[in-house]
Amino acid sequence: MVLKPIDFKVADVYADWCPGCGDFGIMNGVQMAFAELGLEPHQIVMVSGIGCSGKEPHNVKCFGVHTLHGRALPFAMGIKAANPALEVVAIGGDGDGLGIGAGHFVNAGRRDLDMTYIIHNNGVYGLTKGQASPTLRRDEKTKALPRPNINEPVNPIGLALISGFTFAARSYAYDVRHLKDTIKQAVQHKGMAFVECLQPCPTYNDITTKDWYAGEDRKDAQGKPQSRLYKLDEIGWDPVVKDWNEDFKKKMAALEKTQEWGDRIPIGVFYKNELEPTFQERYSKRVPFYLTNPPAKQKLVDDNGNSNVDLKQFLDELKTS
Amino acid sequence: MVIKSINWMAGGPQGSGVDTASNVFGRACGYGGLYVFGRREYHSNIKGLHSYFHQRISTQPLLANVNDVNLLAAFDAETVVRHMNEVVAEGGIIVDSAQLNTKVLDIPTLPPEFKTEIGKFMKENALGETVNDWLEYSKKRDVHVFPVPYMALLIQIGKKLGVEQISKITRMINVLTIGISFSLLKYDRALGEKAVLDTFSEKGKIADMNALAFNHAYDYATETFKDNFKHRLEKISITEERIFLTGNQAVAMGKVLGGCRVQTYYPITPAADESEYLEAHEILKTSGGDEAILVIQTEDEIAAINSASGAALTGARAATSTSGPGFSLMVEGLSWAGNSEVPVVITYYQRGAPATGLPTRHGQADLRFVMHAGHGEFPRIILASGDIKECFYDAAKVFNLAEKYQVPVIHLLDKAMANCSQTFPVFDYANFKIDRGSILTEKDLEGKEYRRFQFTETGISPRVMLGTKNGVHWYTGDEHNEEGHISEEPSNRKMMMEKRMKKLELVEKEVPIEDKLGFYGDQKAESVVLSWGSPKGAIIEAINLLQEEGLRLGFVQIRMIIPFPTGEIKRVLEGKKRVIDIEHNYNGQLGQVVKEQTGVTPNFHILKYTGRPMTTTEVYDALKLVLTDQAAERQVLMFGS
Repeated sequence: MVLKPIDFKVADVYADWCPGCGDFGIMNGVQMAFAELGLEPHQIVMVSGIGCSGKEPHNVKCFGVHTLHGRALPFAMGIKAANPALEVVAIGGDGDGLGIGAGHFVNAGRRDLDMTYIIHNNGVYGLTKGQASPTLRRDEKTKALPRPNINEPVNPIGLALISGFTFAARSYAYDVRHLKDTIKQAVQHKGMAFVECLQPCPTYNDITTKDWYAGEDRKDAQGKPQSRLYKLDEIGWDPVVKDWNEDFKKKMAALEKTQEWGDRIPIGVFYKNELEPTFQERYSKRVPFYLTNPPAKQKLVDDNGNSNVDLKQFLDELKTS
Repeated sequence: MVIKSINWMAGGPQGSGVDTASNVFGRACGYGGLYVFGRREYHSNIKGLHSYFHQRISTQPLLANVNDVNLLAAFDAETVVRHMNEVVAEGGIIVDSAQLNTKVLDIPTLPPEFKTEIGKFMKENALGETVNDWLEYSKKRDVHVFPVPYMALLIQIGKKLGVEQISKITRMINVLTIGISFSLLKYDRALGEKAVLDTFSEKGKIADMNALAFNHAYDYATETFKDNFKHRLEKISITEERIFLTGNQAVAMGKVLGGCRVQTYYPITPAADESEYLEAHEILKTSGGDEAILVIQTEDEIAAINSASGAALTGARAATSTSGPGFSLMVEGLSWAGNSEVPVVITYYQRGAPATGLPTRHGQADLRFVMHAGHGEFPRIILASGDIKECFYDAAKVFNLAEKYQVPVIHLLDKAMANCSQTFPVFDYANFKIDRGSILTEKDLEGKEYRRFQFTETGISPRVMLGTKNGVHWYTGDEHNEEGHISEEPSNRKMMMEKRMKKLELVEKEVPIEDKLGFYGDQKAESVVLSWGSPKGAIIEAINLLQEEGLRLGFVQIRMIIPFPTGEIKRVLEGKKRVIDIEHNYNGQLGQVVKEQTGVTPNFHILKYTGRPMTTTEVYDALKLVLTDQAAERQVLMFGS
């Protein structure tokens, strides 16, 4: 059965984001990606944190686990590790993933479970009414801030790269086609994939707005807006590490590329390395039947309803007589 | 019934092999058909600070430790200073003769507050300043002192082994003291040697080196110490199979038995040993196919609880294991699990608190905390084990409770149980039933609409595991409707709150009394002890001693904390003259809970919060004062260095 994006919509749940919110675009991108990947709803678990983005799983027809602020990745890790056959996609806001959940972000990279993490980056905490998020630039004063932002921003893709994510990409909430393609690549990637999704917040971020990304403030001679976003594909960027010898170089180049901001902002895949063994592969070396009989599928009981475990291996070591 | 036992003790700087030596000693006694109760004390330190270990040995089962030491093996001078007065008349102290001239107050690891104490003791008893002067004082109390030139023995052993650099074998001082101890106690040498070889069996030639050192020391002591040390350890012949294990190990085995297949943890004392032990034994033998427990070391305890919850949603039985500081970080996750009806298990080893507290010491001050932890109201089950055997069975049972009632379950333990070691007849587990509660499969769901949080009479909605075809559903930390979508509607809120909370009524009804309360002693007596957790053993032994003297009392061990067995306890307390609360905290927290729940205020408290577990001796003394109407309402126990 080939499913369409509409099959991933949830009929009776109203999407309560502000009109014009980038979350609509991301939701559509996710639904399109799932359909094009040929997945069925029961094969996917979408895990989210708290904030506007956290509500997204309720609008996507697949298993949805809307968790705690900053904790989407730990829940996702437990789900994926216990049942590696599931396609696990974690999502969250920039405050969720890079503020309160930053420790989990870094450690998810180290662990390299084969799953996807999408951060909605709009520079503000929307649901609590517009405070600065960890990605807001220093000295910027979005409209709800009483004072300009006093802190430097975190570099999401840079942090992903040095934390060990084996796939790092950026897309844009209003370029749904690009976003869909990026999410597809992230899901298909073998390893821990990170997607930073740039997103205007029409209510609280009056700096990096839809018009700003579109370059409405910088029209060419013909009066055509010059978009700030450009695609890495179009400049012939090759993110794929094909040999360990080129890994460091490609990682550093990607890191350097993340420094571009302002009038030229790259989107697309910055870095991709499938040579690194995933957590699943590493653990399978120790427990060869892990993928065929993971923790979630183990029987636990015998035919009489008793525990099937023979404790002999423990008891033999402990026996004194 | 007075238990005849020998209490052996080893002490030395951390990192010098006190634990290993004690394990060898305990195993050797186990090989000889004897019962062992071991208690381990150590600083939050890697190397250098004082640690010690008791091994109490008897032909009868032992439940706790006692104050009196019969033979002390001192690796260093500090051990003599700290424990000399615990050795009874006709007991013995094995000491390094090179330490005899050490000035007591020059021992660098003694903390200033302890120096003040011993300074006072020296003055009062007109003691000289050296270890030897102190030992002379012991000798006056009829304690035998056995000075042993550890270094000279090591040089002789080094020669036999062809090792010139003695610093490479100084670690074997621990095994020397075992050889000497067993010689003095006239214990079967072959059993000691076997324990040495078994303990070091994975370390290649180190095992043989240690066996040689053991035998060398045994011979040395046999030739050197001809005086009449009266204490004896004699092997006996038994037919039953026994095991020697710690609380951590019992919990780990119980978990595996109970079907735990994912364990998450962040390193913390005294919980981490359990997870490491599980990881070392990750591949399980089962009567069916291949199974394994996946142990994940997370980046913090927040990740530990939440990834365990995630795993539980997929159908894996999942747990996390921690102590107070770690649980503090898990509290928000606990609340999520309660709201989303997640069957996750939290194994909670209490230690000395608050804050970092006494990280390697004992405490029971988190009862109130676990009862109320988490914002909002949600059902949870709390089961508190009282000894290693209960640790084992409870660790398995909690998974049934968690899945059957779809609630987080806290298995409440403490440091004393985690780190004590005991011999038991091999646990019988052949008929341990797994009850997974109500679960729907792909087939059950065909053509049906599934709602994860469907309202039912009992409050329990059938579960579907993530990944099940036809069963797509949602979870959220927000209040939710039956489908699992966010809902702030008052009518739904009321029903959802009631659905969750009423599950506890079912737990209360269905859990058998023996899992809620333990009854010991004379229930008809006019005095009753209430307690929970590890004081159990000392209380039972003390009650037995008092009974010998005609002083009768009952003991009710409270095993289920939530739901609290209010009705049953009320009945127990009816008409009692004395209600005596015994626990390891300042406030008498269980006593407070009993008062809240039953209206009965315990009229005596026996409390201890020094970080050291109560001994039978202490509990006996304190209870005797109560029963003979000489006790203050509140007695605070102090024994133990």
